Amino acid sequence: MSDTAFEIIRNLFYLLAAALFIFGIKGLGHPRTAVRGNLLGAAGMLLAIVVTLVDRQILGWGWIIVGLVIGTGVGVVVAVRIQMTAMPQLVALFNGFGGIASAIVAGAFVAKAADSRQVAFATIASGIIGAVTFSGSVLAFAKLQGLVSGRPNTNPLFKVGNAVSTLAALAVGYAFLMNPGLEWIYWGLFLIALVVGVFLVLPIGGADMPVIICLLNSYSGLAAAATGFVISNTVLIIAGSLVGASGLILTRIMCVAMNRSLINVLFGVMAEVGEGPSADEIYAGKVKSTTPEEVAMLFDGARRVLIVPGYGMAVAQAQHVVRDLANVLEAQGVDVEFGIHPVAGRMPGHMNVLLAEADVPYDKLKEMDEVNSTMEQVDVVMVIGANDVVNPDARENPESPIAGMPIINVDKAKTVVVVKRSLNPGFAGIPNPLFAADNCLMMYGDGKQAVLELVGALKAG
Amino acid sequence: MDLVGLLTIFALAIFLGFEIITKVPPILHTPLMSGSNAISGITIIGALIAAGYQDTVWTAILGLLAVIFATINVVGGFLVTHRMLAMFRRKG
Repeated sequence: MSDTAFEIIRNLFYLLAAALFIFGIKGLGHPRTAVRGNLLGAAGMLLAIVVTLVDRQILGWGWIIVGLVIGTGVGVVVAVRIQMTAMPQLVALFNGFGGIASAIVAGAFVAKAADSRQVAFATIASGIIGAVTFSGSVLAFAKLQGLVSGRPNTNPLFKVGNAVSTLAALAVGYAFLMNPGLEWIYWGLFLIALVVGVFLVLPIGGADMPVIICLLNSYSGLAAAATGFVISNTVLIIAGSLVGASGLILTRIMCVAMNRSLINVLFGVMAEVGEGPSADEIYAGKVKSTTPEEVAMLFDGARRVLIVPGYGMAVAQAQHVVRDLANVLEAQGVDVEFGIHPVAGRMPGHMNVLLAEADVPYDKLKEMDEVNSTMEQVDVVMVIGANDVVNPDARENPESPIAGMPIINVDKAKTVVVVKRSLNPGFAGIPNPLFAADNCLMMYGDGKQAVLELVGALKAG
Repeated sequence: MDLVGLLTIFALAIFLGFEIITKVPPILHTPLMSGSNAISGITIIGALIAAGYQDTVWTAILGLLAVIFATINVVGGFLVTHRMLAMFRRKG
């Protein structure tokens, strides 16, 4: 077979792989087809890999086999052993690996950049985006894993560092464009872009993580697409842009759910706290605490119960006892549902995954708008580990830093029980008037322990 | 392929991406992200070519590193997505 004929056949298989990716991503968007979608994507990937391996450009197999074996081993072990509560940091890390792989590939083909201005440009894009994705993702991983503090940090030096490193990356990128193919300039660019990624994620606090993970997800796709331009490979361009687009859509959904712009999340800092009344003024003498036994009695008279989980549930690993609570209540004839805020947790859909892991049927998991429309008919709302997403100030106080953020209106239910360690503020650092409301009771304690005691009290009663 | 051809493909794929995933229910946000993340591991194609091309030892080493990172991304990504989706399906 001639080389041209071979190339045509190979490219047709790449086209087939790209079609499988498209059906795969489309399938992932619907509950019924999601499993098949993921399998189609994997099939497309396998096809693309096999077609590449039979290519005549491949002269030696040693390095490839070593790489595939190591990568597969690590990938399988991590994917099988990871706890569902740790999904956000895992996805962050995988994003980063995809990004750095793209940047390294562009580096391996850096000589191609001398071919034309366009390839040089694509090489720069791949190097910058890939490196930013890698260092940003690794830092996001460290923050989510608790290796680095997850508090938002507004140090003004970060902005300076961000600006300086970005300008430096652009300048070195320009130098590469003028001297395409010079390898050391490329790797210099790569190192500077690593610094840019660090400054991108440094100021980001835990509750803004859903946005930044979506953005890095998008970047990992764009880096692959840029690498596609470097090696003139259409399947990289197609798959990379699909992921780039899907990440951007998710980024937008997360921003809307917080009523903030992407620019505001990345560079801005939430409005200064300070003008509003202090926590002491809001809480003084109005906060009522309760015990598991009292709450059990409260549930005895309830017909409709809504559970609103937040990141605290993930931290306490309380999803299984929460499921037990729902089962016990349902056995007593109570109608139990879960109200999920779009940015509850540290990545999009975090709460859904945890509750699914605990065997909560997914038709019980309701979206914010749906539960808000019938909130007045709910007898008891139980808030577990959520704070800012149920803060009525977002709706009522235009001065509040979170004003305008859509929230779950738990304060409109007949009774609210909040499971919380203390009255400490949430991520936004502002007091929550909900805790001082007439219909709100505080059940202090570790999320898991408190719910466990409540389940015990319900069974005893 | 020439630049315009590649750019055309790029632009159309972006539009296609926006079209096929506009209304994803929140319950699927995490699997969509980890599944699409695995697909972005497509850069493994370039990594394989770099590792197998055997131009110099240096490019072979770069290729090896890229193959490792991309394979972790691909294998781990699809597998963990499958694990997650299986939990949703169990009682569907």
